[in-house]
Amino acid sequence: MTLKEVQRLLEAEVVSGEEFLQREVKTAFACDLMSDVLAFVDDKTLLLTGLVNSHTIRTAEMMDLSAVVFVRGKKPDDETIELAKENNIVIMTTNHIMYVSSGILFSKGLKGANIVHK
Amino acid sequence: MSPIKLSYQVEKDDFTRAGQASSSIKKVLRQLGIEPQILRKIAIATYEAEMNIIIHSEGGSIDVDISAEKITIIIKDRGPGIENIELAMKVGYSTASQKIRELGFGAGMGLPNIKRCSDEFRIESSYGEYTKLEIVIYIK
Repeated sequence: MTLKEVQRLLEAEVVSGEEFLQREVKTAFACDLMSDVLAFVDDKTLLLTGLVNSHTIRTAEMMDLSAVVFVRGKKPDDETIELAKENNIVIMTTNHIMYVSSGILFSKGLKGANIVHK
Repeated sequence: MSPIKLSYQVEKDDFTRAGQASSSIKKVLRQLGIEPQILRKIAIATYEAEMNIIIHSEGGSIDVDISAEKITIIIKDRGPGIENIELAMKVGYSTASQKIRELGFGAGMGLPNIKRCSDEFRIESSYGEYTKLEIVIYIK
């Protein structure tokens, strides 16, 4: 699924990285705990989260994630947007809650991320 | 490739700059042509360790030694040390505050995750004094 499609399905606003919407995502991971993103995610995946701060973007940068969707209508601050731009990471915001956002994408064929079980 | 050394100071409670050292390390290694999958393991390990210094210590340093075969990362902080290393290595065990948890960290995954990303992993700590991690990740 392209990020453009994600944007359309979630009726999302693109806050950073408008130029990268042709990128493909194959899986998604929805979580507010960055510790878990760092520990479990093994894919280049789309991250859906309600945790809006620059650490979310840092985590995405470390994990080579190309896009982050902030759910529940949460808006990132300037510092967070700036960090995303520096690292070519797409940020979108959607008014849907995490459950609905995940459900919409899943029903359109975007599967869950493969995770590492320890 | 001749050995390259990188060195970073990390301050306690410096959440604004959190991740800058790891970001810089990742960018240098990417320029050196390290494979993306290995790069990712190094980035995760250094980022977790950098957050640990910020969250738990009085400040510390990250030193990276790059050779043709491997990346060696030494993370050393000042106080308070770890009382029970075995417990600290357990998934889910954390001494992080509520404030840290609100930032999305402190789930007790850090040290085990660093170990998972490393080919060699050594930890030593003197309670009240320091914690030192030595991580080796092979690039060949």
